[in-house]
Amino acid sequence: MPFKSIKDIIVRQDFFSPGHGLCSGCGAAQIARIVTKVVGKDSVIINATGCMEVSTTTYPGTAWKLPYIHVAFENAAAVASGIRSAYDALIMKKKLSKDVNVVVLAGDGGTADIGLQALSGAFERGDRITYICYDNEAYMNTGIQRSGATPYSAWTTTTPAGQRTLKKDLMGIAIAHRVKYVATASIAYLLDATNKVEKAISINGPSFIHWLQPCTIGWRYDPKLTVRLSRLAVKAGLWPLYEYYDGVTKLTVQVPKRVPVIEYLKPQGRFRHIMDNQDELAKIQSYADEISAKFGLGPVAE
Amino acid sequence: MQLVEPLLLSGNLAIAYAVKQLDVDVVAAYPITPQTTMVEKISEYVAKGELKASFILVESEHSAISACLSAAASGARVFTSSSSQGLLLMHEILFITSALRHPVVMAIANRSVSAPINIWNDHGDIMPQRDTGWIQLFVESAQEAYDKIIQAYRIAEDDRVRLPIMINIDGIVLSHTYEPIYPLGDSEVASFSPWSLYSARLDPDNPLTMGAFCYPDYYFETRYQSAKALKDSLPIISKVDEEFGKLSGRSYGIVSPFECDDADTILISMGSISTTVRATVKKLREKGEKVGMVSLRLFRPFPFDEIIKSIKNAKAIGIVDRALSPGAIAGPVFTDVTSALYLAKMNIPAVNFFVGLGGRDVKMNDIESIFDELKGIAKTGIVKENSYYIGLRG
Repeated sequence: MPFKSIKDIIVRQDFFSPGHGLCSGCGAAQIARIVTKVVGKDSVIINATGCMEVSTTTYPGTAWKLPYIHVAFENAAAVASGIRSAYDALIMKKKLSKDVNVVVLAGDGGTADIGLQALSGAFERGDRITYICYDNEAYMNTGIQRSGATPYSAWTTTTPAGQRTLKKDLMGIAIAHRVKYVATASIAYLLDATNKVEKAISINGPSFIHWLQPCTIGWRYDPKLTVRLSRLAVKAGLWPLYEYYDGVTKLTVQVPKRVPVIEYLKPQGRFRHIMDNQDELAKIQSYADEISAKFGLGPVAE
Repeated sequence: MQLVEPLLLSGNLAIAYAVKQLDVDVVAAYPITPQTTMVEKISEYVAKGELKASFILVESEHSAISACLSAAASGARVFTSSSSQGLLLMHEILFITSALRHPVVMAIANRSVSAPINIWNDHGDIMPQRDTGWIQLFVESAQEAYDKIIQAYRIAEDDRVRLPIMINIDGIVLSHTYEPIYPLGDSEVASFSPWSLYSARLDPDNPLTMGAFCYPDYYFETRYQSAKALKDSLPIISKVDEEFGKLSGRSYGIVSPFECDDADTILISMGSISTTVRATVKKLREKGEKVGMVSLRLFRPFPFDEIIKSIKNAKAIGIVDRALSPGAIAGPVFTDVTSALYLAKMNIPAVNFFVGLGGRDVKMNDIESIFDELKGIAKTGIVKENSYYIGLRG
């Protein structure tokens, strides 16, 4: 565990500059900053099309102090494989000497939906890449349309009456590919997250981190609540923090006393339409109970 | 030039052999008929250690081109290959590859597009790629395919060019027909097309942002620059072909006119069919007919001056298209050639001939019938129909 305190993280060099165009309170900006601090100088960042890409690379400026490439929406994993293979070949042929961490940052649309095929290919090939999905649970860049990662009942511009199905199980998909290291992360649990990124880049094969990213615009909340909502998702049992390594699943942050899901849902405008709907709230609570039973989280506090 | 024994190779295998000699670093490809034997052979070279490369076994053509783009962006020499539906699936990334200026080399075993599904040759797959910003070359033989792959890396990786290149070989007709191939020696290939580590790459010691977002204040200039780079690559492509000729004794030209100087009628075509046209011209010349032909070897950038120079004395011109452009005035090659005539203020009657779609054979008597039609037009100056569909059943 290289990160024992917040100070260990803070002292690391920054490779994601201020001055980008992401929203105040944007969870994605925080993820980018943390990830680049952990992976460090000898890394290449691959970014799928999305908010992060359009807001951080507005020509002629860039927020990235690491080599960075964006190609398209659905191919971040394939782009990562190309870079991995190029470095492997050039080092094997003694044309280059120094290796790099190959790190993808892609949203939920670019991962769970349009980019899933390319991701599956990279997983199955066993390419040594770290793929981080920042999941804000909808197509936020294009104006809050539903994605395969939109949670049950959430309002989006294409689900005006609320999403009717559960989120796609990205972690399950990664694990089914026998990806060696798979983990969830939250910006409210920095030590947990940074140690997971550190572990992910050390893996000799693909690694996958699924990171919940509150979106102030799309989730319709006060920008100051980004970290609090990240924490409430974990405490409600809807975003369990765990890792899967070499076939073993381990809870990394225990929640001895859960909060009722309503505490997580209430500050978010996207759930406003169900605030008086006890049936819908009960369904989401039972979904959280199901997750909690699976991971051994504590009971809901009275 | 070393004297070497010829190798008996198909077009696909000739290309694979060139890729091995070029010491390519990364290959990413997905199987599609009739390209498959090319990538199978390259896999074998890699497995045997004859080619030291990473072969990325991708799950689609979309990922093949994406991985080649980023491998090239990392400084590696890359190769991919596709055909038909696979090339169509790559379409989106082809634009990005050229605009980001990565020297990806791709061989295309040209094949028809669905529907109906058909695995044989025409140019239906490549024509939708006209505006993707790639250099596009067409060859007439497996030998030429081998030679052009070697030239391709030298052109693509030239600092003045930095553009991707497609080498088009007619599927089945060239991809699967075995010919004696006269290869260069490994060291001759290495010195003709040497690799060097490009500075503007994904390098932690010199971090660059590639694939940025541009508002309207910069987008236009960026697209213009890549279009200009393509236009400006023409003399370099031509020069590389000349220099290759000095090394190998084989130089092709970007436009190859044959018997055009005093020809009344000239037929313009691309790819392997040009060989049939040339043979027909020889036959008709023996009968005293004043016919000529042009093999259009470079399609993008379009060789405006060279094509005009070749056909300027003709009284009637035929243009072969091997792909339809539904709803357009005419086929894609016809449209380009006649635009060139218009801009050169030359009013030569021109007719479009659609031939050989989906692998239908085109024989010398088909070409003779085309020249018969052109002869009538040359005599009267009257074009009755703009387009003919040769061999089409009613």
